[in-house]
Amino acid sequence: MASIEEKVKQIIVDKLGVDESEVTADASFQNDLGADSLDTVELIMEFEKEFDISIPDEQAENIQTVGQAVTYLESSVDK
Amino acid sequence: MNRVVITGIGALTAIGNSVPEYLEGLRNGRSGAGPITQFDAEQFKTQFACEVKDWDPTTRVDKREARRQDRYTLMALYSTDEAMRMAGLVDEEGNVLPSAVNPDRAGCIWASGIGGLRSLEEQIEIFDAGNGTPRYNPFMIPRMIANMGAGHVSMRYNLRGPSYATVSACASAGHAMAAAADDIRLGRADVMITGGSEGVITKVAIGGFNSMKALSTRNDDPATASRPYDADRDGFVLGEGAGAFVLESLEHAQARGATIIAEVAGYAASSDAYHISAPHPDGAGAKMAMLNAMEYAGVTPAEVDYINTHGTSTPLGDTAELKAIQLAFGEDAYQLNISSTKSMTGHLLGAAAAIEAVACVLAIQHNFVPPTINHFTDDPDIDPRLKLTFNEAVERPVDVALSNTFGFGGHNSATIFRRFKA
Repeated sequence: MASIEEKVKQIIVDKLGVDESEVTADASFQNDLGADSLDTVELIMEFEKEFDISIPDEQAENIQTVGQAVTYLESSVDK
Repeated sequence: MNRVVITGIGALTAIGNSVPEYLEGLRNGRSGAGPITQFDAEQFKTQFACEVKDWDPTTRVDKREARRQDRYTLMALYSTDEAMRMAGLVDEEGNVLPSAVNPDRAGCIWASGIGGLRSLEEQIEIFDAGNGTPRYNPFMIPRMIANMGAGHVSMRYNLRGPSYATVSACASAGHAMAAAADDIRLGRADVMITGGSEGVITKVAIGGFNSMKALSTRNDDPATASRPYDADRDGFVLGEGAGAFVLESLEHAQARGATIIAEVAGYAASSDAYHISAPHPDGAGAKMAMLNAMEYAGVTPAEVDYINTHGTSTPLGDTAELKAIQLAFGEDAYQLNISSTKSMTGHLLGAAAAIEAVACVLAIQHNFVPPTINHFTDDPDIDPRLKLTFNEAVERPVDVALSNTFGFGGHNSATIFRRFKA
């Protein structure tokens, strides 16, 4: 089974059309991966769907990088 | 007042995904109709349409954009890329040449009849299948709104001049082209991209037009279903695709040594002021649009060689338009050739005028009249003296071509194209 990190990376590759090698933990959606604010909203919604959770807006605002997304999801999923 | 010339054209249709392929389809009288593949149409009264085939938007559009956009704006970018390359306004990557275009003097007026209906439908279905939590995609609104063709084209080429959409149902692209041509004629811009795109072979569109009894239901023989002027016509066949134009002032085109394809000679708009969907039985509004367009162009009825009709293959619309042509042209109506290329492409709704304008320009370039295919039985209500160019293309000199389009709401548009002569 794919890990949370692998799933997150796959969603980012699909939605932002970037190369998997660019999707590093430090990569910022907007500064490094070419996302705009709407892309970021879409990513959050995809994470919600994939992991069947609800991410409150105030939490979502803090998810700006790949690593932040993985950390948040690892602490929220299945709890 | 500036003369308005065409320096680039693009086409994406059910009978060809580029101008050369479209030309070949028009010459050979190819039908673009077939069973609907874009959704399961089994429960629908109409189960066929003229779909664009084997189309990969990413051959002309950035991959990331292709993922983010609705079908209709991708069609806009795709056909515009062909037109811009033909016009010589872009480099090999399709990026605008700063040396050829002053961004402040260039714009895009792009039409769509319905816009991103497909994206709206998808999101409503996702919501309906969920638990009531609203999770609409943040791109739903920008995908859906009908002005986004103009928006995306302007962004793609950094055009900072006039940019908006015209919406007049099936006449939309005719009005877009007229507005774009006026910007050049009146000196507000040097270069304008215009045209229209439509990509709504969807459940809502097929179902909605079915309820209006507007669509052909000839499910046993889709290829012959679009049969304008035939006694047994039973409605239009929905099409999709895009037609694109690069318009320039003559001065601008000549200064950069561009190849001039044809001239936009004149255009006019009018209203039936009669009914939401039925044409005025006397064709009064259509007649006025054609007469005013000829006056604007300084063209007499005897000079018009070809009329590309709205001719959707509906019982009422086809005869009303021919009546209007007879009223506007008098005896000259019997000298010119008339055809409905919707017999091949289907009805592209808001993009119809664009793709049919491309057909007019190709007729002038190649001196032929594309046919009205699928003619089997004469309609006793149609004057046999009219040359409706049935079934086979006709070779003839075409110097002046007129394109009609009419939209629900009573909107009429007539546009005249002329061979360019300095």
